[in-house]
Amino acid sequence: MTRTVLEVRDVQKSFGAVTAAKDISVAVPEGAVFSLIGSNGAGKTTFVNMVTGYIKPDSGSIRFADRDIAGMAPRQITRMGIHRSFQIAQLCNDLTVEENMLLAGAIHGASGPSFLRRAHDPEARDRAVATLERFNIAEHRDRLVPELSGGVKKLLDIAMAMAGDTQIMLLDEPTSGVASDEKFPIMDLVMEALRSTGVTVIFVEHDMDIVTRYSERVLAFYDGRIIADDAPDEVLLDPEVQRYVTGTPA
Amino acid sequence: MRSKLFLGATAAFAVLAAGSVILPDWAMFLCAMALAKGLVCLGIVGMMRGGVVSFGQGLYYCIGAYTATLVANSFGVSDIFLLTLLSALACLLVGMAFGPLLSSYRGIFFAMLSLALSMVLYGSLSKMSVIGGTDGLNIAAPTFLGWAPEGRPLQTALYIYVVAIVVIAGTLMRIYFDSEQGLITLATRDNELRVEYLGASVRNIMTYNYVFGAVLGGIGGTIAALALGHVDPEFAFWTTSGEFVFVAILAGYLSVPAVFVAAIILELVRSFSNLYFPNTWQLALGIFLLVVIVLLPNGLGSLVGRRKGNAA
Ligand SMILES: Nc1ncnc2c1ncn2[C@@H]1O[C@H](COP(=O)(O)OP(=O)(O)OP(=O)(O)O)[C@@H](O)[C@H]1O
Ligand SMILES: [Mg+2]
Repeated sequence: MTRTVLEVRDVQKSFGAVTAAKDISVAVPEGAVFSLIGSNGAGKTTFVNMVTGYIKPDSGSIRFADRDIAGMAPRQITRMGIHRSFQIAQLCNDLTVEENMLLAGAIHGASGPSFLRRAHDPEARDRAVATLERFNIAEHRDRLVPELSGGVKKLLDIAMAMAGDTQIMLLDEPTSGVASDEKFPIMDLVMEALRSTGVTVIFVEHDMDIVTRYSERVLAFYDGRIIADDAPDEVLLDPEVQRYVTGTPA
Repeated sequence: MRSKLFLGATAAFAVLAAGSVILPDWAMFLCAMALAKGLVCLGIVGMMRGGVVSFGQGLYYCIGAYTATLVANSFGVSDIFLLTLLSALACLLVGMAFGPLLSSYRGIFFAMLSLALSMVLYGSLSKMSVIGGTDGLNIAAPTFLGWAPEGRPLQTALYIYVVAIVVIAGTLMRIYFDSEQGLITLATRDNELRVEYLGASVRNIMTYNYVFGAVLGGIGGTIAALALGHVDPEFAFWTTSGEFVFVAILAGYLSVPAVFVAAIILELVRSFSNLYFPNTWQLALGIFLLVVIVLLPNGLGSLVGRRKGNAA
């Protein structure tokens, strides 16, 4: 049996009258690749936001590394090893690709960010470029963020999140805003880079081909609840999932 | 590389120090005042890099000036090094008290809150007749490690002192701007969410920049007080703070030397327009700033500084 790395139990969250999470419970084994599916507004991003500290659940617990992290600040959770990417890539537009990566490296560096050490230190740059190469975006290193394509932005967003000592990586729609012929190549790249580190992956995705191809377990969300939790093939055959998520009748 | 930075600093010192030989008394005084104020502005530039502008740096300029004056008058301390150190320390403490509070504000709220603090000090000092009220206080000429020059040598010594402080402070701030923390500051201006999600504290970085600005403000105020031989509550008045912001915007945040060039330009424009059109010089200044903002949105610094890659 592999160890459970993340355990979410009975988590609830409402925004006024909207229930964004209801009785959410899930145990994620170390090294697993999970995907979250569900129609718009089903509560997928809310799940990611609660695990990463952006939103505090109304009740329930989120256990990671022997602690209840529910309600902790994003910064603290990040430092513990849970990192994320965003549905809309969160980058620094005034910085180049390489500088964005240097920023991530500086914050995650073993000794913490320094007031003296140059951000553009040759060693730091080598490390940044090596990470960019892993995500196949090193050629864009000198470009500013606004000049990048959607796919490159997404990759940079993920690469930055991976600069630290990551144990769990949550990807919120890694292929949204990406041209359709780029989706598989991007997922290939990302999954290869992530798997080589043994990190546990939870990704949100609307494209069922990607879900089946890359995840070993699927959580289907509807109206803030998890309506199915199983291997991809099983979940996609579930009548409720077909009715509320995929829209494909059996 | 660092060697380039130290070479530049040495060159800057040599050029500025040469002023002590070439410049007539009035110009040397003008430059000393401009450089002292430039220190305050450098602090604002440090905050600007993080996306906030303090409209109340007069607070620290004034605290520095009064600390030096009160210490000098009450304890008979006249050593310029000691006075500068004590003022910087006082501002460090005040900055550390207000920094955490201000660090959660942005934009106009940060600007107005810092302005409010400085105006509270202005109001209080104006009412406190024991320390001179609106008339302020005089401070005797400083000594330099026991040496007590007078006349031109005093002026020269004070000028060289401020030049040395400016070069040291400028070099340290450049090192900081180029450092990893400096990069985090730039990123914060851009995307706070990203910075927090990388695991850095936006509040901390904002506090650091505020505290550095406080210390620089205090040092600037001390030197200005010693150069003038006098302090009064106007040091904390909003028009004083406004001039600092003016210089910071004129300079932009790309280049450290640009801050001091801008400070000297302001003093020159002020002196000359005061002389030739005494009632409209603010107008001249306003037009000048407008032209700079339109032509050089990143300030004078964009003529020489590069944001991308290896700034010297
Ligand atoms: N910060 C918030 N304030 C108010 N309502 C919110 C907030 N975040 C989410 N919601 C609401 O909670 C519900 C779930 O939203 P969530 O963003 O989790 O959906 P999602 O599954 O990620 O959808 P999408 O596929 O569109 O990204 C929606 O009805 C949304 O409007
Ligand atoms: Mg979403």
